[in-house]
Amino acid sequence: MAAAMLSRPVYPGLVPDMHAKHNLIVTEGEGAEAVLDLATKTSAEFFARTTILYCTAGSAAKDHETALAKLNPKHLWVLPSLPTVMFRLKGVLATADMGTRLYAAGTEPFIGSVIQEALAAGIDFKSVVTEHRGSAKRRVQCVHCKGMTENVTTNPVACSHCGINLFVRDHYSRRLGAFQGVIIDAEEPGSAPPPEEIYR
Amino acid sequence: MGLMFKDETYRGDFTFANSPAAIRHFPFPFHEDKYMYAVNIEPHVPGRKGTAYEFPIDIDEHYLADMRDRAITLAEDPLRCQSLPHMLAAEWDLVELLMTSMARDYPEHFSLTRDGDQWHWINRPMKIEDKFTFGNVATLPLRPMEYITRQCQGDFCLLDQRDGDLWMDAGIVTSQADWSLDFDIGMSFKEWHAPVPMAHEIGIFDRALKFLLAMQIGHPVRRLNWTMTINPRLDTAPETYPKWGIDRTTVTPENVGDKVHLRVELQALWRLPRSNAIVFSIRGYLLKMRELVTIPKWSRRMHRVLKTLPPEIAAYKGLSRYQQTTIDWLSKYDDGQPTSLGFFPD
Repeated sequence: MAAAMLSRPVYPGLVPDMHAKHNLIVTEGEGAEAVLDLATKTSAEFFARTTILYCTAGSAAKDHETALAKLNPKHLWVLPSLPTVMFRLKGVLATADMGTRLYAAGTEPFIGSVIQEALAAGIDFKSVVTEHRGSAKRRVQCVHCKGMTENVTTNPVACSHCGINLFVRDHYSRRLGAFQGVIIDAEEPGSAPPPEEIYR
Repeated sequence: MGLMFKDETYRGDFTFANSPAAIRHFPFPFHEDKYMYAVNIEPHVPGRKGTAYEFPIDIDEHYLADMRDRAITLAEDPLRCQSLPHMLAAEWDLVELLMTSMARDYPEHFSLTRDGDQWHWINRPMKIEDKFTFGNVATLPLRPMEYITRQCQGDFCLLDQRDGDLWMDAGIVTSQADWSLDFDIGMSFKEWHAPVPMAHEIGIFDRALKFLLAMQIGHPVRRLNWTMTINPRLDTAPETYPKWGIDRTTVTPENVGDKVHLRVELQALWRLPRSNAIVFSIRGYLLKMRELVTIPKWSRRMHRVLKTLPPEIAAYKGLSRYQQTTIDWLSKYDDGQPTSLGFFPD
């Protein structure tokens, strides 16, 4: 039901900001394909003003980094994991100038992490251009122990910290970059249904 | 006025109960024999003597017990009180609103003397006395919002207004009906209301937001919201749901009168003068079914509202499991007679 998802961000898709002095594209895995699609809508000059941070994630075998390099961006940084991308992003945002436009493409938890870094740097989240590509996996915060469980594809899911079986509510926090998980069987302990794979 | 503060508990042995005067004080939320979401916002003006509407900030016989329960909840989970850094001006606005209201309307319990920015606050029931400089955080023992809301009944959220929206950027929330301040802090108006069923489709939140954005200083508004709670428990947060969820399975035909409570939130909103933020107060009241049926009009109406409640709303409010048992118990108190319009007892 649409109404149940009002706290979830929408990801309208990558479109080039031709007025930006500099573009910073942060992407992972199949998000690289969104960047390659973006290239068909814009010019070589756009990429000459563009830095790409790419996390190969699950798409290492597809060698998207070679295709991204052929766009001739100002910089292409290929990093091995989410934390290394976010560490680099934090540093870049700290020194970014006013005319920089930020883009994020990839899975929802990945975009969520980019938005968190953007918020920390004082960037209005509405100004970030986003596109969801790849798995529908979610990041879920356990409302009880506050632990984050990554790569959630099922509902319910066991909290990776306290072990409680969590029902994944369709309620999303931008500040946390996560959906809310609430114990599913509090009213009938032991009655949790088997996990159903729904966020593939 | 002679408020006698009761020594009672909202956990453990659950000794909370309402005196006959407190029953008549209760803000019964149904003005007719059925319930549906509505933008039921009205001016927060002084209402009937002896009711929850008499004063803008309502202090009642449960004051000390409420404050004790809040202190326990905060000691267990400090994240129930949070404020984003830009909300300090709104925190001071809240100190002013609460201290001036409490001292004006309950002078035998609270007093406030102001000499410029030198303020002197006395809270007799809680045996608190502090002199501080208004606007200077270092002169209070706690941050301003936490300081004053540990001395005032009800949950409080401070909503920042910007970009044509309201943002829940501060709050102290220890007696909530299953929502998490820690999760929702920083969200926009529609984002924090996202889990509410049905109301979005009928445009409730569009109209409510438009109304609230235009709120003016000196013209507070209020609305009522309701749910039901098993045992008189204030802390029904999602964080502690593993503790209280099981209570919902303990309702039997024999214990409905004592276990099942109508929980009403008198939600009041004020525009604040310095910060242009809005304070959103959520003042909760609990009424046992056994207490409710002492008012014939309320027993008839409660029975009929529960019988006709849309299942989506019953599920969202978490009362599906004991709804029928409660309807059956209340049916003994519904003689089928018509009820008069309005909230108040006949």
